[in-house]
Amino acid sequence: MSAHRFSWDGALDTAGAWTLALLWVSPLLFAVWAAFHPPGTALDFASGAPWTLDNFRTAWAAAPWLVYMRNSLLLVGFILIGQLTLCTLAGYAFARFSFPGRDILFILVLLQLFILPEVLIVENYAMTARLGLFDSIAGMGLPYVASAFGIFLLRQSFKSVPPELEEAARVEGCSWMGVLWRVYVPAARPVYLAYALISVSTHWNNFLWPLIVTNSDKTRPLTVGLSLFGAPESGADIAVIGAATMMTGAPVLLAFLIFQRHFIQAFLRAGIR
Amino acid sequence: MDDLSRYQRRRHALYGWMLLSPALILLSLFAFIPSITTLCASLMSRGTARRPSVFAGLENYADLFADPVFATVVVNNLLYAAVTVPVSVGLALVMALWANARIPARGLVRCAYFTPVMLPMVAAANLWLFFYTPGLGVIDSITGLFGIAPVNWLGQPQTALWAVMAVTVWKESGFFMIFYLAALQTIPPDLKEAAGIEGAGRLTYARRVLLPLLMPTTLFIFVNALINSVKLIDHLFILTKGGPDNASKLVLYWIWEMAFAYFDSPHAAALTILVLLLLGGVAVIQFRVLEKRIHYR
Repeated sequence: MSAHRFSWDGALDTAGAWTLALLWVSPLLFAVWAAFHPPGTALDFASGAPWTLDNFRTAWAAAPWLVYMRNSLLLVGFILIGQLTLCTLAGYAFARFSFPGRDILFILVLLQLFILPEVLIVENYAMTARLGLFDSIAGMGLPYVASAFGIFLLRQSFKSVPPELEEAARVEGCSWMGVLWRVYVPAARPVYLAYALISVSTHWNNFLWPLIVTNSDKTRPLTVGLSLFGAPESGADIAVIGAATMMTGAPVLLAFLIFQRHFIQAFLRAGIR
Repeated sequence: MDDLSRYQRRRHALYGWMLLSPALILLSLFAFIPSITTLCASLMSRGTARRPSVFAGLENYADLFADPVFATVVVNNLLYAAVTVPVSVGLALVMALWANARIPARGLVRCAYFTPVMLPMVAAANLWLFFYTPGLGVIDSITGLFGIAPVNWLGQPQTALWAVMAVTVWKESGFFMIFYLAALQTIPPDLKEAAGIEGAGRLTYARRVLLPLLMPTTLFIFVNALINSVKLIDHLFILTKGGPDNASKLVLYWIWEMAFAYFDSPHAAALTILVLLLLGGVAVIQFRVLEKRIHYR
């Protein structure tokens, strides 16, 4: 494999990769085009229609986007902090403590990988109402906090920490919690990073459950707000919907473009493959 | 056994349970108890203000099986899974190979494949409206140049589900690519050189070396894609609302509709139980896979 010689394989790879890439970003490019052009001419690519920011002004004025964004941030933060705390404790218990019933409990936890909160919407809705958490950030977040995936992931990585490290810490006089905090948590740092990225992107994008348990603008996250805005009943023009979609998607897209390398590295180092 | 070690063991067990309890409480509240109450609800009749709900046995299930919509929705979801799962897994592998190859502007290509992942499904569906809007959308504008009549992709039963599938594949492939990309980095490059020296072509290398090594990853992604084909229905709310005439309705959307639009929770509960049984089947497969993955490492 010489890098300098021209090869047909290489050329085909490049052509294919670029074509697919172009195809993949084209919906975004069309949305950008439409968002910056007057509504009537949004999809008329041939004409030299004037560029405009009107769609953004209309979209911005039509819904409380900043409130939605705040709610999304609160929701993602609530879930992430809850997940990291609970999954760390549970993963530690499963990895380093032996007690009767542990293995059965672990299988029960793994079952939750398949008893999806999404499928249990009807009864989870009843439960949320019973707990008095309807239309609140906690109500949107709590069903996801005890994440089986997180518990499993952290248990695996805690198990791979050499026991000698723990012994050393105990000799130094660390308590159980001290060992967890000083030895296990630092050793699993890449796993935490990768898990946090998956969690944040999943819940930032989550829609069905928040749609069900919210009914006011003061708790609705961005996804639900966007769907209400785009609903045919709202009568919004497609160019304005495009502008709203751009506005709400841009922060995450930008963050991703900046942290792209870290994102992929985190996956690699966490060994999630 | 002396007293000291028994004391130690008890303390161990106590700590273990204490560490687990917050997670167990939440799991009970939002997974185990709701599963049981769903099962109970599925066996009860629909109550009204005048007639309280009574035990109905398997009547709700019988109603479901007798409902022609049930067959439509199940077939839709099977077709949806049978198309979107292999296509997005296959595309993910191709993307990962390209994103890992030595090509110009590799970073940009990687970003292009991955950007749909960062958009909420709702936003993705909004973007795809640009493609599908009859007469105005991008597809019709392009086919219009060749004199082809506009098609209402989302509005006719023959194409609605396929139009929805396209959005799913577009959204998911990039996510699965990441897992392949991570797996590819662990394959030592000497393997490829060795295969080259042995005279193996690209296809032989892919078939004999690459695919077997990627098998655990493929299974992992496959199960995830399968689960997503049940739980990810956000785009239906924007694109078709399950229509026209149930042509693009998937199981979870139907559950939502029964429970929150028609307030018919007994039937929704019965359907939920059927889905849980199916997912349980997937769980058994997945646990086998997990075991294999551990052996593989």
